[in-house]
Amino acid sequence: MAEPLLQIDPRREDEKILLTLRVNGEDLPVAFATHETLLEVLREDLRLTGTKHGCELGECGTCTVLMDGRPVLSCLALALEAAGHEVTTVEGLAEGSRLHPLQEAFAELGAAQCGYCTPGILLAAKALLDSEPSPSRERIVAALAGNLCRCTGYLKIYEAVELAAERMRGVAA
Amino acid sequence: MTRVVGTSRPKVDAHAKVTGQTLFADDLFLPRMLHCKILRATHPHARILSIDASRAMSLPGVKAVITGKDVPIRFGILPVSQDEEALCVEKVRFVGDPVVAVAAVEEEIAEAALDLIDVVYEPLRPVGSIEAALGIEQDGHGHGGHVLDAAAPRRPIHDYGDGVRLAAVAGGDGAGGDGVRLAAVAGGDGADGDGAGSGHPDIHKLIALEFGDVEAGFAEADGVREDVFFYQGSTHLPMEQHAALAQATPDGKLTVWTSSQTPHYVHRALARVLEMPPARIRVFATPNGGGFGGKSDPFSHEIVVAKLALLTGRPVKICLTRQEVFYCHRGRHPVLMWVKTGYRKDGGITGMHFRSWLDGGAYGSYGVASAYYTGALQTVTYHVPRYKFEGVRVFTNKPPCGPKRGHGTPQPRYALEVQLDKIAEELGLDPAEMRLRHLVPANSTTANWLRVGSMGLGECIRKVVEASGWKARFRKLPHGKGIGLACSSYLTGAGLPIYWNAMPHSGVIVKLDRGGGVAVLCGSVDIGQGSDSVLAYVVAEVLGIDPFDIRVHTGDTDLTPIDLGSYSSRVTLMTGKAALQAAERAREIVATSAAKKLEAPVERIVFAEGRVFDAQDPDRGLAFDEAVRLAEAENGTIACTGSYTPPRGAGRYRGAGVGPSPAYSYSAAVAEVEVDTETGIVTVPKVWIAHDVGKAINPLIAIGQVEGSVYMGLGEALMEEMDYRENRNVVHRQPSMLEYKSPTTHEMCDIETFLIEDPDPNGPFGAKECGQGPLLPIPPAVANAVYDAVGVRVDEVPLSPSRVLKALKSGEKRYGPERVPAMAWPEPIRVPTPWEGGNGEALPEGVGWGERGEKEAPLGGGAREAAAVPKRGRRPR
Repeated sequence: MAEPLLQIDPRREDEKILLTLRVNGEDLPVAFATHETLLEVLREDLRLTGTKHGCELGECGTCTVLMDGRPVLSCLALALEAAGHEVTTVEGLAEGSRLHPLQEAFAELGAAQCGYCTPGILLAAKALLDSEPSPSRERIVAALAGNLCRCTGYLKIYEAVELAAERMRGVAA
Repeated sequence: MTRVVGTSRPKVDAHAKVTGQTLFADDLFLPRMLHCKILRATHPHARILSIDASRAMSLPGVKAVITGKDVPIRFGILPVSQDEEALCVEKVRFVGDPVVAVAAVEEEIAEAALDLIDVVYEPLRPVGSIEAALGIEQDGHGHGGHVLDAAAPRRPIHDYGDGVRLAAVAGGDGAGGDGVRLAAVAGGDGADGDGAGSGHPDIHKLIALEFGDVEAGFAEADGVREDVFFYQGSTHLPMEQHAALAQATPDGKLTVWTSSQTPHYVHRALARVLEMPPARIRVFATPNGGGFGGKSDPFSHEIVVAKLALLTGRPVKICLTRQEVFYCHRGRHPVLMWVKTGYRKDGGITGMHFRSWLDGGAYGSYGVASAYYTGALQTVTYHVPRYKFEGVRVFTNKPPCGPKRGHGTPQPRYALEVQLDKIAEELGLDPAEMRLRHLVPANSTTANWLRVGSMGLGECIRKVVEASGWKARFRKLPHGKGIGLACSSYLTGAGLPIYWNAMPHSGVIVKLDRGGGVAVLCGSVDIGQGSDSVLAYVVAEVLGIDPFDIRVHTGDTDLTPIDLGSYSSRVTLMTGKAALQAAERAREIVATSAAKKLEAPVERIVFAEGRVFDAQDPDRGLAFDEAVRLAEAENGTIACTGSYTPPRGAGRYRGAGVGPSPAYSYSAAVAEVEVDTETGIVTVPKVWIAHDVGKAINPLIAIGQVEGSVYMGLGEALMEEMDYRENRNVVHRQPSMLEYKSPTTHEMCDIETFLIEDPDPNGPFGAKECGQGPLLPIPPAVANAVYDAVGVRVDEVPLSPSRVLKALKSGEKRYGPERVPAMAWPEPIRVPTPWEGGNGEALPEGVGWGERGEKEAPLGGGAREAAAVPKRGRRPR
């Protein structure tokens, strides 16, 4: 993580600051109190409600977003820490109306049941596939171990990640 | 031949889910919206002496503060258990009970305001266990017995219930028609030292039913086994925290959006507590981010935000914290069980006597039904010729238990399937073979008058036995590795509604648009199980169009006809049947017009691939939208309704309402385990499961439901546990997702799923449920596999490392409860079985098996010699 862009006077922590966050390729100016989490700013200030929350304590992985391509728990990150970094949320996965191969595969194989953990899992999976185009099942299991899902039993999620990886490799080749 | 039904395809809402576009309740924002926070009880059992919220009210940004005085009317899901208050009025009953609610312009301000509210409590003695609720303060077995805050006064948790009625009987003031049966209990066990004749006032519900003379069954047996089991409570842990948003408008109308599985029941509770006509209230059930039964009750927070919206004139939203979700609970009841089974040498059952003790927590919730369910479905898998069930649900000062996936049936199923494994071991029989010999036949009626239709359990067993290599591996694997089998059955929808009424359980409107669009309206709620998709598939099948050309609108009490909700695995069957009827009516209208245009008889008109055509000359036809326009020109607007009411159950005795269903699903599972004898850690590499789904409307979704059920069953088998610090005021040990252990990817097993399709005449296209039943065989299959691996019986769920280690170290090679509370049970309601010439009705009160011949018409050929009146009495320790 880079040095904070601002030094915050603790006596002014409830005052809002105006910053530009780069989210899904767009520069979005947003005013927020410095103690607000990235999750809160994304959902409540930017209304990017695709990012969900399950505990707000860093336990469930539901709020996972990418910061410079790496998964972070947005409930444990201050929005301030995102300044100067590229944030990717589920809204940024599709290109226009063309879904990301992971999204396609999750829909096709029934990897999203209630769909609530899905955004976080998609982003964790994207981070994996971006760094490892051909992950083994064990690697997928490890990469998603921080994301709880109560509906699927994870198996269809693994299958969808594997299908997306295969398709992404096909496109890249 | 179906085109849509039976094919694997994405859910109709899949793309919204993978793009984050699905709007869950907390994703909703309205202009001028306030945020609500609830102050919750810090004592498990206490009187509220005073509440001072003046400092909170004066905090800038706070718009309203309400207490129980503002919403004093009690509510609850069951008509017989209207025992909840949106905010506690006089006393609190568990740590987490809602007491004061604040609405403020920001969530943080509302939270800060809670710290400024002063509540003064007078602590009462908390009740932390089944034993304590029954007044037995001896040392229990892990789950009971501690003396809690003994200095505080003991008061009944509630002012109603069978315990309170018993106390009235003992006091001599009579208690309705149950007087005679209950008096036996009141006189039987005496007072608990807290005042003469007080009995056990924390008993919520007492049940005693006997179908045939079970003692005569034991007398015929070659062997009789008695076993005691305990199944720990667990919670649903949906990923989405409950949330609700309410808006009141100046025309006197109220709208509530809520993550509820049962908007109709929320609608009723809101009308009751707010004293508003239901016609003025609209409830939207937002898509649920997981439910599993945990969002099936009307909740305090839904009523609170509605009241605050009415008071402030502004929209009010609440999203519970994860800790609050643990407090809302309504999860799996901890159940202590004693089961006595008589069996022949071939493993056939001659009689079964089942007793269950349910730790209900602080409120009624679905608990009366849960208690009946712990005794209802023992009879639908293997033939049980005589069956007796006694059950008791007690109140304790813990978060209320309710319906969790499998509602009241995984606990007895665990006991039954593990005991059968022990019986097979005693008899030297293969447990799979033994089960196969004694299956309940299809199209039969059980001892307790449940009507079984299609029955694919035999095929399920054969499938998993074959796939798992059972015969080569059972009792043949090296020490530490094992394999175990268990089976189960579950309802496809409860036969009766939650409140008595003669109206349909499910309604659907199919509306055809002149552009060819089809809208399906239904009050059901998609909780991730795919119920919206099932509606689309059924209608698409009938109208010959693509499911993606259909818009499904659900869970809106204004626009959609009532469906009772996503519980009891009822939705596919009941909404499916209603949708089928509505779609067929619409099809009939369109077909009639098309037939005229095509100059063909209406019977020859086919709907397929977006066209309406003559079967004899497929080229002669119309596009679907064209056919709709013709029909609309001829008939006017096309909107057809369909509805569904389940067939009436066969039982005519009191308590016969729980258990009947239009159809029963069946599952068989084989689990493979590895047991680390040093640590007691059980790992499950693989589960084979076969599920009799009748007909899979969409195999992809059905397999997903089976896999999800196996996952949740695995969590219950190995780790999930609602555990309380009983000796420290009944505080939840782990109200967080980190400490409440649930399976991550690392703990998940591989699953091989087989769908067995044995179409049931009562299901749409033959479909039965698949969302709950497949959970049930997992815990007993794991326990039986652990025995196969290391030769110890763990008669307690979860099979956590400490329990397994204790079993390994024990002399008896067993871990589990050793005794059950001594208590006198009421005289049972005696119901002759179908094979004894019964008609589903109970014998008159006080008439024993031996006496009934004098008072009843002569019975059929199945009647036995008169037997002695069964002894009523205490369970020997």
